[in-house]
Amino acid sequence: MNNFETVLIETDLLILGGGMAACGAAFEAAHWAKQHNMKVTVVDKAAMERSGAVAMGLSAINLYLGLKNGKNTVQDYINYVKTDLMGIARDDLVANIARHVDSTVHLFEKWGLPIWKDDEGNYVNEGRWQIMIHGESYKNIVSEAAKNALKELGENGHYLERIFIAEPIMDGDRCVGAAGFSVRENKFYVFRAKAVLDVMGGAVHVFRPRSVGEGLGRSWYPPFNSGASAYFTLKAGAEMTCQEVRFVPVRFKDSYGPVGAWFLLFKSKATNAKGEDYMVTRAGELEKWAPYGTAKPTPANLRNYLMMLEVEAGNGPIYMRTDEAIKEIVANIPDEKEAKRKLKELESEAWEDFLDMTISQALNWAAHNISPEETPSEIAACEPYFISSHSGASGAWISGPEDLAPADKFWGYPNMTTIKGLFAAGDASGASSHKFSSGSFTEGRIAAKSALAFCADNAAPAPFDDAKLEELKNRILQPLVTFSENKDYANDVDVNPKFIKPRMFMFRLQKIMDEYAGGASVGFKTSKALLEKGLEFLQYMKEDAEKLAASDLNELMRCWENIHRMWQAESHIRTILFREETRWPGYYFRTDFPEMKEEWKCFANCKWNPETDSWEMLKREIEEIK
Amino acid sequence: MPSFVINEKCDGCKAQDRTACQYICPNDLMILDKEKNKAYNRAVDMCWECYSCVKICPTQAIEVRGYADFVPLGASVQPMRSTDAIMWAVKFRNQKVKRFKFPIRTTPEGTIEPDAGFITGTRDLKDPHLRTEPESLGTTLYKIK
Repeated sequence: MNNFETVLIETDLLILGGGMAACGAAFEAAHWAKQHNMKVTVVDKAAMERSGAVAMGLSAINLYLGLKNGKNTVQDYINYVKTDLMGIARDDLVANIARHVDSTVHLFEKWGLPIWKDDEGNYVNEGRWQIMIHGESYKNIVSEAAKNALKELGENGHYLERIFIAEPIMDGDRCVGAAGFSVRENKFYVFRAKAVLDVMGGAVHVFRPRSVGEGLGRSWYPPFNSGASAYFTLKAGAEMTCQEVRFVPVRFKDSYGPVGAWFLLFKSKATNAKGEDYMVTRAGELEKWAPYGTAKPTPANLRNYLMMLEVEAGNGPIYMRTDEAIKEIVANIPDEKEAKRKLKELESEAWEDFLDMTISQALNWAAHNISPEETPSEIAACEPYFISSHSGASGAWISGPEDLAPADKFWGYPNMTTIKGLFAAGDASGASSHKFSSGSFTEGRIAAKSALAFCADNAAPAPFDDAKLEELKNRILQPLVTFSENKDYANDVDVNPKFIKPRMFMFRLQKIMDEYAGGASVGFKTSKALLEKGLEFLQYMKEDAEKLAASDLNELMRCWENIHRMWQAESHIRTILFREETRWPGYYFRTDFPEMKEEWKCFANCKWNPETDSWEMLKREIEEIK
Repeated sequence: MPSFVINEKCDGCKAQDRTACQYICPNDLMILDKEKNKAYNRAVDMCWECYSCVKICPTQAIEVRGYADFVPLGASVQPMRSTDAIMWAVKFRNQKVKRFKFPIRTTPEGTIEPDAGFITGTRDLKDPHLRTEPESLGTTLYKIK
């Protein structure tokens, strides 16, 4: 790979990612780095204006407490999150995000995000924690603030786009940088840093999606979130938590439009084909999952589960009764003129909900001639995703803040992983679900400030072994070599026994995960026997990963994305296998351990050991903060 | 539905070093065919239909045709995005058209001041208060110890 120039960039704090958490980190870091004369470098695989899960926009901010008006308390939010996750959450981490998140939302509003207001000037709530926004340009606004913050640093602030980060750079038990490549030109990038913040999003396309034609790309969470966060921390040797806690969203069928506004704002019901509200007819099932099943609101995974039981019983299609919901709201308005005005307003709100964040769903409705006030629409469980910022929980096991964390959950710097100098936030940190967009930005802020404190305490240049870099460069660029050396052997570049292209590699991974690890096609069910078989097939994949081939830089990125997904997959299977119970029946169901067990009311953690190439599984205690 | 480029309208962003759609696509799908001088989506089944390319295209040359494996033909959803609002034309299969206009930001583009006028109440890197706090919280920071 002599035609690849190596570019070395030195910095104090290295922020990897470009989504909400990365923007929060850049905003926060710029302020403190300026005071301490430190360098901040942000590296993004896309362009920050439309990078990450909020690329398309959002129609609501799902986390705002309203602390200044006494609407909720931090403890209320801890209780909500913990119940939704069936008891599995870190109080200290959830509290840390919750106590800061309102300040983030107030900043968003000042920066120019249009937040819906009522006649008294208060934010309009969608649900208890959710506020409505006109959010088409949410990411543009937030990224502008992040970029302007970096500009305050002058030459100490850098933003680099279109660079794909493949691997962490380690020095023993400390993370000292990252390596990757430009997806635009033949350049290999090495970043040397005193602290590294991993905010590269969750993972999609690990499981086979329900649509496998053109609709393959219409995943609920974006297909460009490819497991980079989990891979980075796993490969660094960091302890991971909740790798079993995937998220299966129930959304409008096929285009995956949001249901939050329908359930919360419009108070719509979901029913089976016979019009029965399964949350009522199957309420008895919830008692099996007490105390979480009997709490209000019903945890997301249990709402899923009751719906899945309906589908299994052949009672589909399942409908969101949009027509009935709208009729009910309008029926309560006696004045005919006012009722008509309200209907028009509701119609606009319903369409905006899709146009702001899932435009495909609006197109799907238009293509099926659906007017929501007249016709109900099908909803369905999507495929599983890894997204700890929403209702999943998988990510790195991180230190809590000193003033909130129990003694065993604080190790010097909030949001530092178990690896020195390596920090995580957003989808990269685990056991602090329901952060959403505002909470991810907030956690990025917390982690960035903490990482700069680490830089200040460790001011000497991080040790860096230049000799290892050539080896790393060769390994990262190997798929290009594999392709060029073998492409002429066969008549078809996609059918060549000497290598495997990333596209088929991804399909192979998705098939294994779907069929053995409880994907959508098997009704989210799995067992020890199935998981062990899946793990066996994954080992073949790991060997074949050495033969991934790329014809260009775009394909090189796809190779690495799928290596990242494969590691996310392995940690997932191993952790489901470890937890011998069923705790989130609407996310996955262990048929050999169909019940929730008290002995498993704990975190299931895992760690890959870089020295021995072996996995360690650990139980960690759940503690309450009061 | 994946994005596609209308040949007649795309000018390859003329003499720019990269096209607008190539600059913005979060999944690095849009690319310029240098011979034809037209942009194209190189992997339509990896397209999230986020419309970032549609919204940014200076010649309105990009549209979206719904995923053919589950969306019937004949409908379209097309935005027109300005600096403070977005207008949508939703055309149904049965030819009905609905138009919507929504605000997208309340401040002029490029004018964001990160601190937004809030003062940061500490200079201590280990203090839990973040940039702009406590003022931006509007209340005191929650603590238990």
